[in-house]
Amino acid sequence: MNDLMSTVDWSRAQFALTAMYHWLFVPLTIGLSVIVAIMETLYLRTGLERWKNITKFWMTVFGINFACGIATGLILEFEFGTNWSNYSWFVGDIFGAPLAIEGLLAFFMEATFVAVMFFGWNKVSPRFHLLSTWLVALGVSLSALWILVANAWMQYPVGMRFDPDQMRNVMDNFWAVTLSPVAMNKFFHAVSSGWALAGVFVAGVSCWMLWKKHNISAARSSLAIGAWVGLIGMLATMFTGHGSAVQVARVQPMKLAAMEGLYRGNVGQNLVAFGILKSDPAATPDDPMLFSVDIPYGLSLLIDMKTDTYVPGINDLIDGRTITASGDTVYGESYDDRILSGKAARDALRGYNAARAMGDTAAADECLEVLENNYASFGYGYLPDAQAAVPPVGTSFYAFHLMVLVGGLLLLVLVVLVFAAKWRTAWLEHKWLHITGMLSIALVWICSQAGWVLAEVGRQPWVIQDIMPTTVAISDIPSSSVQLTFWIFAAIFTALLIAEVSIMLNYINTASKKNLENND
Amino acid sequence: MNTTLRRIADMYIDGFRNMTVGRKLWLLIAVKVILFFAILRLFFFPNILSENYDNDADRAEAVATALSRE
Repeated sequence: MNDLMSTVDWSRAQFALTAMYHWLFVPLTIGLSVIVAIMETLYLRTGLERWKNITKFWMTVFGINFACGIATGLILEFEFGTNWSNYSWFVGDIFGAPLAIEGLLAFFMEATFVAVMFFGWNKVSPRFHLLSTWLVALGVSLSALWILVANAWMQYPVGMRFDPDQMRNVMDNFWAVTLSPVAMNKFFHAVSSGWALAGVFVAGVSCWMLWKKHNISAARSSLAIGAWVGLIGMLATMFTGHGSAVQVARVQPMKLAAMEGLYRGNVGQNLVAFGILKSDPAATPDDPMLFSVDIPYGLSLLIDMKTDTYVPGINDLIDGRTITASGDTVYGESYDDRILSGKAARDALRGYNAARAMGDTAAADECLEVLENNYASFGYGYLPDAQAAVPPVGTSFYAFHLMVLVGGLLLLVLVVLVFAAKWRTAWLEHKWLHITGMLSIALVWICSQAGWVLAEVGRQPWVIQDIMPTTVAISDIPSSSVQLTFWIFAAIFTALLIAEVSIMLNYINTASKKNLENND
Repeated sequence: MNTTLRRIADMYIDGFRNMTVGRKLWLLIAVKVILFFAILRLFFFPNILSENYDNDADRAEAVATALSRE
């Protein structure tokens, strides 16, 4: 058991390392592709050569980032086959189909039009070139769509049925999987956060160019576009973030409770704007915060736009407790009930397999009925107790609040940058603005990574919500082998990151010194 | 048709020939692909179920056993 837990922990650490490394590049690719397309549109509309030069400058930055991100996501698929073989088999074609579509449709779309985008200047018509650039942006987002559909299904498994003969889930409604509200919201949240990140990045690099006095006019133009795209992206991220909270409250209420450090919920629940959890918050469930600044009714408003909505806390969910609008406490299905239901499903699966092996069709049918009736709680049958269904509260809480606080700060920075670019151009000469813009680059990545930490840590212990816990998804392999590959990855990713950042900084430093204003 | 294909080929040939930063990036991609596929995938990341079992029925049986374990 200890080695199994160790294998789980190392496999999770390895997956987190790989996913976080991959996510360094993805949002910048998503957002930068749109920014480059906007810049090229401006070139075509104005006919000014400077816009062509600015477009080419950022297009190369996009290319560097695109190349850096290539293949890093594929490692995740290696890990599925080696570390997570039970999971890989169990999800069947539900996970495979979106990933295959991603590989075939979006990758080829990107590969074709990326070539036109980089090699096609003066080889194809300006309009076709612009169309290619926009199609690259569309292709990048479509790639993200299929990955996020797969991820969303793990958090909200719909459109499938479990086939005990194959021991895997079978997709029976492609559109329910693809268009699930969780998938759609996740997609728009991730894409808009990519725009915000890329906007901050472009604005930040432009601030550096202004600070260094490299191509001041081009830097101002870039900053304006970066700031506008960043601001629109950030507002859209906040709007879709609200949508995410609504979905989480509906399908993963335990995640919502954990990210708020909420043990006992109430009608008209406050939202913690900023706070510090006690060292053992579960020990004092009525007062888990060491210190907090609350927004009255904030959490109820966030999930339902009403001040009197009941939000269950961790202990309420475990006990199946709900408080009605009139203040009455009612009890529904508790986690202990779900554990019993899950165990019944597991026993039925065992019984089904045994009956099938003996050719006892009647007994198999009986077991199948019990399995189907209890399948919604199948994963609970693996939990040792109800407390095991609680995600790491500290990590979820701080990741959520870090994301929101930094996001809010970046929104202010972007408003200032837009204001400076549009109405107070004198500010663009100030060092404080340059430094703020440059520091924002680091902050936006922290914000982006915190979002994924929340999404993935907050859904623990589930690899498939309510159906399969992480401890069951793992392969029967020694933890030492996962440890070894973890450290190999850590070394490779560090070396690659140094190489990739060096190439990008070197290009930005060199190319920004060249005259981007010529030929006008 | 031939002219179109020729133009497409020229676009790629000229594009690759005139690359500047792109050369470094292709080298980086090549290093990554070799590292990931020829070394890591081959020696460190076997597909456990594909390697240990011959057919889907045996794989399903193995997963059933793993999921039935107390």
